[in-house]
Amino acid sequence: MTIELQFDLERPGFRLRLDAEVPGRGVTALFGRSGCGKTTLLRCVAGLEPSARGRLVINGEIWQDATRFIPAHQRPLGYVFQEGQLFPHLSVQGNLMYGYRRIPEAQRMVQPDDVARLLGLETLLQRRVTEISGGQRQRVAMGRALLTSPRVLLMDEPLAALDAISKAEILPYLERLHDELSIPVLYVSHALDEVTRLADHMLFIEGGVVRAAGALHELITRGDLPLAHAEGAAAVIEARVTGHDDRHHLTELEFEGGSLLISRADLQRSSRVRVRIMARDVAINLTRPRDSSVLNCLQARVLDVSDDPHPGHVLVRLAVGEATLLSRITRRSLEHLALQPGGRVYALIKSVAIT
Amino acid sequence: MLPDWISPQDMAALWLTLKLAAVTTVVLLILGTPLALWLARTRSRFKLAVESVVALPLVLPPTVLGFYLLLLLGSQGPIQAMGGPALAFTFTGLVIGSVFYSLPFVVQPLQNAFAGIGTGTLEAAACLRAGPWDRFFTVVVPLSRRGFLTAITLGFAHTVGEFGVVLMIGGNIPGETQVVSIAIYDHVEAVDYASAHVLSGLLLALSFVMLFTLYTVNGRIKMVMP
Repeated sequence: MTIELQFDLERPGFRLRLDAEVPGRGVTALFGRSGCGKTTLLRCVAGLEPSARGRLVINGEIWQDATRFIPAHQRPLGYVFQEGQLFPHLSVQGNLMYGYRRIPEAQRMVQPDDVARLLGLETLLQRRVTEISGGQRQRVAMGRALLTSPRVLLMDEPLAALDAISKAEILPYLERLHDELSIPVLYVSHALDEVTRLADHMLFIEGGVVRAAGALHELITRGDLPLAHAEGAAAVIEARVTGHDDRHHLTELEFEGGSLLISRADLQRSSRVRVRIMARDVAINLTRPRDSSVLNCLQARVLDVSDDPHPGHVLVRLAVGEATLLSRITRRSLEHLALQPGGRVYALIKSVAIT
Repeated sequence: MLPDWISPQDMAALWLTLKLAAVTTVVLLILGTPLALWLARTRSRFKLAVESVVALPLVLPPTVLGFYLLLLLGSQGPIQAMGGPALAFTFTGLVIGSVFYSLPFVVQPLQNAFAGIGTGTLEAAACLRAGPWDRFFTVVVPLSRRGFLTAITLGFAHTVGEFGVVLMIGGNIPGETQVVSIAIYDHVEAVDYASAHVLSGLLLALSFVMLFTLYTVNGRIKMVMP
């Protein structure tokens, strides 16, 4: 179950030259700055760049190689465009059903009623697409793509054109898609927080080539990549719910590096959750603090210390069990604590967010 | 029974004019649509040259166009020299002349309409399994309704109003190639102002009704679908 991506495409002043393999399940983020080629890569996968040479294999099916090129309209994929690209002459329902009608009945794995419910579109079906909000339009675009029962879902910054409110409205739907559907997703984004919420794997693209590829939680904490030094740098940890403390409105999580307390969350015991810990929310103590308001304190080992964009700050990478945490502290504190790789410390975590 | 205020010959001219305009419009839609699609999408270096050729009838005196067509279609022309049929002074010849004459009035509105449809919309349709023909009929045509309506109306009305080209390649054979505009000219020459009034009035009314309908319907479409 893999997706093989191998493309070579030349444009004036730009060249995409890429050879990568990503898992054929879960969400893979195609991440990089604007202009790095991530959207072009997605268009190559969709067959919208006929001049791209290369090889594309989706879970064993060859869509493109030296001798064949399946045209876009024959590729079983769903594409969610940045601007939605809904058909203005059709209603919400008409847009949703456009692709569905073109799929042979036996191949329709996704049904209109389920999609309308999953994306909260039941009450919008008869509306014109010019009359609904940006967030609603983007949900229609997703539903329309899903209803073609695609074997891979391509999403090109589906949140980029939305304001913060619409973004917040859509993210839960995206997470639901992730949890409830087994369709692999290639998700183009340049927003780190979006990616840490949604993605399992990452292709980090720079100047048309793959700079790094791997599991999301590894890539975003790697010191040699710019991700760990970004403003929103964070670590992502997979944890398990072990119980609730109803008196204090807390939920207890456990991972291989220790346990965490978070605000009471509506989660089943022993269900798996993903939490995000921002680098700026992690403080470092040499001893276990006895009288602190901070609930979460984990034993950790310093992996390394590197410079951060701000000259007064450094980034400390900490090993907590198998997991890696990031901590952004001041240079002054670094000198004060005399932190060295291998040193034993305590990580004080001020805030943990479920993603 | 014909009303007595219009002569059988004028009636024939009127009928021929409408038939010519209808046939010309259909031919122009068939030929002009792919041409307009190509012009709207191409990045070819020939685009500007083709656009200029399409626009030529807007600036050329119709007699110039008619003159060249006469040379092409006439008894000494290359088409007959290669064993083709005699087309000058026939209805077919009139249709060919009118197609060239009204070409910009059909191609330009269509080209503008097609250019207004973003490639993104068509790519979205392709990613929803619509092949090229499917995309044309389910996305391009409905989104270009105003362009088609404008093209049909202008193509038809402009052909109805044609004079110079028809005169050059059609001659003036009553019942065969005599259209209304030429019949009017003949009546004025013969100082038969009454008949000229009837035909001119009919043409004026017809053209007004066509244009008025076009603007009304297009205005509605615009309101419903910006």
